[in-house]
Amino acid sequence: MKAIYKKELKSYLTSMIGYIFIFFTLVMTGIYFTAYNLQSGYPIFGVTLSAVTFIFLIAVPILTMRVLAEERKQKTDQMLLTAPVSVSDIILGKYLALVTIYCIPTVIIGLYPLIMRMFGTVSLPMSYTALLGFFLLGCADIAIGVFLSSVTESQVIAAVLSFIVLFGCYVISGIASFFSQTAMASVLAFGVLVLLLAVIIYAMTKSSFVASVVGLAGEIIIAVVYMIKSSLFEGAIQKLLEIFNISSHLTTFIDGMLDLTGVVYFLSIVTVFLFLAMQSIVKRRWS
Amino acid sequence: MIEVNHLVKRYGDHLAVNDISFTVEKGQIYGFLGPNGAGKSTTMNIITGYIASTEGEIIINGHNILDEPEAAKKSIGYLPEQPPLYFDMTVMEYLKFSAELKKIPKADITRMIDEVMKLVDIEDKQNKLIKNLSKGYKQRVGLAQAILGYPEVIILDEPTVGLDPKQIIEIRDLIKGLSEKHTVILSSHILSEVSAVCDYVLIISDGKLVASDTPDNLSKLASGSNVMDIMVKGNVSKMEQLLQKIEEIDEFNCQISEKDEKIVDISIKTKDSVDIREKIFYLCAQNECPILGMQSKILSLEDVFLELTQNSEEIVEDNVDVEVDMEAEKANQDEEVSK
Repeated sequence: MKAIYKKELKSYLTSMIGYIFIFFTLVMTGIYFTAYNLQSGYPIFGVTLSAVTFIFLIAVPILTMRVLAEERKQKTDQMLLTAPVSVSDIILGKYLALVTIYCIPTVIIGLYPLIMRMFGTVSLPMSYTALLGFFLLGCADIAIGVFLSSVTESQVIAAVLSFIVLFGCYVISGIASFFSQTAMASVLAFGVLVLLLAVIIYAMTKSSFVASVVGLAGEIIIAVVYMIKSSLFEGAIQKLLEIFNISSHLTTFIDGMLDLTGVVYFLSIVTVFLFLAMQSIVKRRWS
Repeated sequence: MIEVNHLVKRYGDHLAVNDISFTVEKGQIYGFLGPNGAGKSTTMNIITGYIASTEGEIIINGHNILDEPEAAKKSIGYLPEQPPLYFDMTVMEYLKFSAELKKIPKADITRMIDEVMKLVDIEDKQNKLIKNLSKGYKQRVGLAQAILGYPEVIILDEPTVGLDPKQIIEIRDLIKGLSEKHTVILSSHILSEVSAVCDYVLIISDGKLVASDTPDNLSKLASGSNVMDIMVKGNVSKMEQLLQKIEEIDEFNCQISEKDEKIVDISIKTKDSVDIREKIFYLCAQNECPILGMQSKILSLEDVFLELTQNSEEIVEDNVDVEVDMEAEKANQDEEVSK
């Protein structure tokens, strides 16, 4: 793991990509910091951070697009996978290298509250809690990027996929508000989701029996639950979609609360997507 | 050392590797021989744990590659068909990374890299970026990576592709030198290479192991017969009549020579053990047909290879009803080979 971590870190720091990521992140936060905190004199640093979360939509795909896709394209994954290291070590080493790169702008951003302090009263604990949330959000986004880089051997496709998924997460609360809060709307939405699940199962297993059983069972369960207790479904689709709203968990950090659920949520996202990345590599060996 | 048991790899409906079994003993050079797309690389990729087999198992030094991958992979050095190089690293950086990846103790790394670089003769390129190296040097860097750490088994997938003749000879000598301490498995579709380097040849065709033996035995056994070319002055029908009298001849073929109408080219096939040259001489002399040339042909590994691989190609191309005949023929052939 250490060897891969070192190699990856070095390759990011000797090529353009690492610097582009750091540059872009710093420029955008710098602009917002200047406008909000320096020129307008607004004392809460967290607000600046929450305003710039959109940078991850562009910066993270740039950072993560090549991390696994390029290995596969250049066939260097053959070297990694036939060496005496486990797949989890490979993914973890690479992920930690990316997080280390991401630490560089985070540390620099960490100086901003100190600059603000020179001109007035600023709550440092509140600022740094916000920064921690900002850091964790980035880590979660990077994990998603790593997973999407593992599914393809084209950097461009990896970048576009990461952008689409991150953008989807970014606007998901907007999408959720399109649905009506009534139970019926949720039931219909869940019905469609179950059908989609059945189609995916069919595409993956080519077994029409399993797919139709899952589809039918799902629909029947939804119908039965709706008939027994329809209030369960009120606003349910919004709750479901809210799970994917990654940046919403940042809000409590911005408000200066060290939110344990938020920390657990971000770490779970990291774990789940790194696990998926591992699975996608292992699966390729079998197909 | 390495045991390969009933290996099968299926890609959808396509059988890339079809029930291959063999064992590899210590300190020898094994050669995988087969036409393009025969399943050589797939087999090597499975042995090294890069891809998983559909059925069958690989045991390396007593470790199953699926159950204890790290222990098994530790004793293998692998050079894939396309050397797995990071183009933005220098040779030195790359080898250092490879050494760390293989968990070579820190104290040994520098010494080992120096030794290996000397071995493949890339010392003067150690600070060059890999992307600026020529194909031959890239291949050598890949080879250095495989040898690094001196694993017990070194697996090389077409190690001499893209090298110039001088380099090919150098690499072959290097491989021969390696076999003193290591077991080497290499693949190639170049016959001369395999017969020059390997102690043992495994011929693969369409995912099947069609023959496995030493190169000498293969060229001896698979033929099972002597072939002789004779040039005689005379006419075809007369020669045919005459040759039919000799019992030892299994098969013969008479043709008017392209160069001269009065000359007949004859090719005769006999059993391996008999020598009928004298008989033919006297027969022709009695019938006043002067022999202008006589040459016995030794079947080379190339003929064996063509014979074995072409047969199995026919199986694929022909229909099912023909396949039964071919299977029978192949069974005979296998018998011959196993003799």
